[in-house]
Amino acid sequence: MSGVFSPTRAKIKERTLRTDKWWLEPAITFGVLFSFVIYATFRAFEGANYFVEPLISPFYSPCLSEACVEGSKLFGWAPVSAQVLGFALSPALIILIFPLGFRMTCYYYRKAYYRAFWLSPPACAVAEPHTKYTGETRAPLILQNAHRWFFYAGLVFNVFLTYDAVLAFKNNDGQWGHMSVGTLVLVASSSLLWFYSLSCHTCRHTVGGRLKHFSKHPVRYKLWSVVSVLNTKHQQFAWFSLAAVAFADIYVRQVATGAWTNFYFF
Amino acid sequence: MTRKLNLRIWRGDSTDGGLKDVVVDVNEGEVVLDVIHRVQATQMGDLAVRWNCKAGKCGSCSMEINGKPRLACMTQVASFDEDETITITPLRAFPIIKDLVTDVSFNYKKAMEIPAYEHPTDLAPGAARMEQVDVERSQEFRKCIECFLCQNTCHVIRDHEENKKSFAGPRFFIRIAELDMHPLDRIKNRKRTAQEEHGLGMCNITKCCTEVCPEHIKITDNAIIPMKERVVDIKYDPARMFSGLLRREKRD
Repeated sequence: MSGVFSPTRAKIKERTLRTDKWWLEPAITFGVLFSFVIYATFRAFEGANYFVEPLISPFYSPCLSEACVEGSKLFGWAPVSAQVLGFALSPALIILIFPLGFRMTCYYYRKAYYRAFWLSPPACAVAEPHTKYTGETRAPLILQNAHRWFFYAGLVFNVFLTYDAVLAFKNNDGQWGHMSVGTLVLVASSSLLWFYSLSCHTCRHTVGGRLKHFSKHPVRYKLWSVVSVLNTKHQQFAWFSLAAVAFADIYVRQVATGAWTNFYFF
Repeated sequence: MTRKLNLRIWRGDSTDGGLKDVVVDVNEGEVVLDVIHRVQATQMGDLAVRWNCKAGKCGSCSMEINGKPRLACMTQVASFDEDETITITPLRAFPIIKDLVTDVSFNYKKAMEIPAYEHPTDLAPGAARMEQVDVERSQEFRKCIECFLCQNTCHVIRDHEENKKSFAGPRFFIRIAELDMHPLDRIKNRKRTAQEEHGLGMCNITKCCTEVCPEHIKITDNAIIPMKERVVDIKYDPARMFSGLLRREKRD
């Protein structure tokens, strides 16, 4: 007997005496994240319907494979073979580890999925089902410390996705100065990704959090102050950016398959 | 206006115990500690409860109210439905002494394991001057009233008694963070000891400590995560290793 049922503690047989709907938040988190994982896995392996001039899905950008359809390659560059070890590799599988790793190691998502998927704990003051716990001190969870590297990679991806959003100001014929619903979708998606990245705890630490003397580094203190304001909304940016990226992919797919028409404002 | 309130209060000690039903008068504006005192005065004269200031500043009356770790003196009875039975139990992470009183000495032992601030040797006492921006960050942590609700709700020790040996808990992570962020503190290895001796790596950021803090200290965002990032600086950051910054930090 361990935890709240340890022999020295008050003898209460219930795992929790909470009367509120403590299970609701982890249940919703589980549902949304699980749905996203299923959808993202399907799309990553689909290997099609990710590009329609001038829109590219964020799941497939930058498109670095020889298998990328015409016009979708980053500056026409394709350093990765279409086949790896004899298997046809979807272009998304080459790059998804970076945004996936960034979100998997994100301090907010850690809270969300430790609660919703691993029930460690399912909610505050609700006893978890595990008999042993070592936290993030051993493999594989010690790899959460790689968050900083995924953060840097994420910034590079944000640049690519912003570039994609800029390209979306073209029309089907490649002429500049046009704007469609797809443009708005990609601009919203890339903007929210910037907010998500810049509100990150690692960003906050990197720009100034690691300092002991704020007064000796006024510029970094100012940056830290700005990022600290964004950081209070990191959870919201995490969800909104996830939804925006998923919707951007859905939108591009629907347009690419001909199910939806990309309406041009001008 | 006086009305009747249904309570369930845990009574017992380390050998046995259980929830006892009681009906008590409650007046408008009263807090849970008020009705506990009324129960003590009128129905259970030997009910043990720890309290002191009745103003949310001493941290004595920590207990669990409807399963949530809270201060009894800061929990309005009006925040519950009128027909709701309020269940009151002692803190469930610490050994029980009697009724609503637990043995929180674990926390004092952990406090003693953290080296105190060390003043620079070349600076006379009283000669230190700090800018407000340097003081502000750690001032938040100084609001701690040591109610130990964060320690109680932290699942690392609440659900795993065996971790108490190696885990200091959120209250002491804010203490370590406060000292590590202090511009004048001479001790340079607080990051390393936080990880290797005080169990910082066991925290999985589920933020329950922040949720229950009656002083609204952002324990996770402003203390634990910054300390984890500082640990990454010295232990897990290949760029800093390659650039020699790790060695330089050790020399400091």
